Amino acid sequence: MTVEIQQLPYDKEYVSQYSNKRNEPKWMGDLRLQALEQADSLPMPKPDKTKIDKWNFSRFTHDVAGETITALDELPTSIKSFLDEEKEAQNLVLQRNHTVAFASLSQTLQDQGVIFTDIFTAMSEHSELVQKYFMTDGVAPTENRLTALHAALMNGGIFLYVPKNVQIEEPIQSIFWQEDLEAGLMNHVLVVAEEGSSVTYVENYISHNQTEASVANIVTEVIAKDGANVSFGAVDNFAPGTTTYLNRRGVAYRDAKIEWALGQMNDGNTVSENITYLMGDNAYGDTKSVTVGRGEQKQNFTSNIIHYGKNSEGYILQHGVMKDKASSIFNGVGKIHNGATKSNAEQESRVLMLSSDARGDANPILLIEEDDVTAGHAASVGRVDPLQLFYLMSRGISKHEAERLVIHGFLAPVVKQLPIEAVKNQLKAVIERKVY
Amino acid sequence: MAGSTLEIKDLHVEIEGKEILKGVNLTINGGEFHAVMGPNGTGKSTLASAIMGHPKYEITGGSITLDGEDVLEMEVDERAQAGLFLAMQYPSEISGVTNSDFLRSSINARREEGDEINLMKFIKEMDANMDYLEMDKNMAQRYLNEGFSGGEKKRNEILQLMMLKPEIAILDEIDSGLDIDALKVVSKGINKMRSEAFGCLIITHYQRLLDYITPDKVHVMMQGRVVKSGGPELAQRLEAEGYDWIKQELGIEDETVEA
Repeated sequence: MTVEIQQLPYDKEYVSQYSNKRNEPKWMGDLRLQALEQADSLPMPKPDKTKIDKWNFSRFTHDVAGETITALDELPTSIKSFLDEEKEAQNLVLQRNHTVAFASLSQTLQDQGVIFTDIFTAMSEHSELVQKYFMTDGVAPTENRLTALHAALMNGGIFLYVPKNVQIEEPIQSIFWQEDLEAGLMNHVLVVAEEGSSVTYVENYISHNQTEASVANIVTEVIAKDGANVSFGAVDNFAPGTTTYLNRRGVAYRDAKIEWALGQMNDGNTVSENITYLMGDNAYGDTKSVTVGRGEQKQNFTSNIIHYGKNSEGYILQHGVMKDKASSIFNGVGKIHNGATKSNAEQESRVLMLSSDARGDANPILLIEEDDVTAGHAASVGRVDPLQLFYLMSRGISKHEAERLVIHGFLAPVVKQLPIEAVKNQLKAVIERKVY
Repeated sequence: MAGSTLEIKDLHVEIEGKEILKGVNLTINGGEFHAVMGPNGTGKSTLASAIMGHPKYEITGGSITLDGEDVLEMEVDERAQAGLFLAMQYPSEISGVTNSDFLRSSINARREEGDEINLMKFIKEMDANMDYLEMDKNMAQRYLNEGFSGGEKKRNEILQLMMLKPEIAILDEIDSGLDIDALKVVSKGINKMRSEAFGCLIITHYQRLLDYITPDKVHVMMQGRVVKSGGPELAQRLEAEGYDWIKQELGIEDETVEA
């Protein structure tokens, strides 16, 4: 079997230099070089029913500085609109191209030992801690060619560390802003919640490249130790020019809980995989994901919860709206390993088609090796229900407004769950823009 | 002028090529409560749905006018804006849209832009009506009909009726699936609407509802037509004697059409 390999203009020498320039610890430099070498022989990821061999994964600029700011007021409105302005202390990292433009973490959280900083600072200040979790328990560099290239070329990201028993009330926020139209983003988000801690994290990806080609190759790893609670929200909004490969991976140990609320609103071709490993007994994973496909974009979404722990619970909800000639595949996978007794795997995938040229597939998959479990799935692909429209219109609501209500309602499960009001409103605005 | 007039003349309706209504005539004026009764499958619900413009029903003949305006020419939302309301037998569930947001959108749809209902006034009115219908207050923030019990859905239809204050309301089997307490509450809500400006067409299978709501006129539908009309005493006779005597009187063979 031959695998078509798109040659990258980045070699060993470039990668070493880049690692040195970023003052990385030796382990990271080694990891990069090893991954670069492995990349050549590893296969491309093979998302079910989506051919990605012609997608652009090689044209992008790897290293682009961004201007730093001293106050959030300096930001353009389009970016500022993601922030809850009335809040005094922002727990925020704003990455502009490949530079941290602004970062702040409240004194209280700092005093509690919380670390929230860009990945490079984290590697130099907390090298051992980062090394312990960086592509070890979550995503391995060797999974496929793109994860290897991610490791080799990582050029941004954050590290969030919550010490044992620290409960963070205020949401922590990252904004990854690709201001440069050709800047490629190999972003790495690493969230570690120690035993008994809890945190809510929200991230936004933004780019503006309508026609300029670029790549986002993102790996997110969330580690929730025993009894930890991580709520993870995201609004992805890469422009049409960006090809996105996105891995969001969670590892939940005993009594831990990971909840994802993902607004996957990219306008370019996207492969997005969200996997949660329920390692420990009573671990809990919940994935809610919504998307709107438009234009000619092709997307492939996988939500996968893998049960190892006894009495573990996994819930998947994927809702997609497809218009124009967009095409999306939704794979929902609930896997219960032998020994994970009393576990429950539930999933629901629904696709709403707004155009006859669009395509949407919902593939619910349950892989169950254990007898003593419960599991269920529901999947549907269809148009807006004419009876729902009749009901709404019979109260005087126009057809257009009735459709709008049904669509917003259909995408509400994620909107509702986002903890930052500004981000919630941004997601609503993106939905509005993409649907109409 | 007190209230509106809904006039149905020689209405013929088909569903999937099958004729269900075969020439219905009915006039409802403001201030009047009409009950349409009849055995199952005689076209009562078809009549209700056809008046509101249900997408499944095709009008093949006759006319429906509201104060002389051609209702059949109107889109569903235009019919509502003209003053018609249908309390549905099976209200749709709409996830993600709260009951209260939906109600407010519906009220504002009947008002001019810039003249939207004041939020405080809206909440006050909704609270008062919910109290009147003995509804749990958190139902305002629940998604529209989602997970509502049969009784809750029916109360919710009446809540909408009370909030939207249409000129003419059609209530399609609003009593089905209600226990006696819920039936009393729902009837109380409907009776509260009674005024010279409000006309109502109550479609029911059972006389039971008419113990709580006294109709001015009672019509019996069979085989897609109104075959007999009278006052409240007609409903009582139907309750006591069933429909057979009408069939005999009119020489109707015992066959029904599917609803």
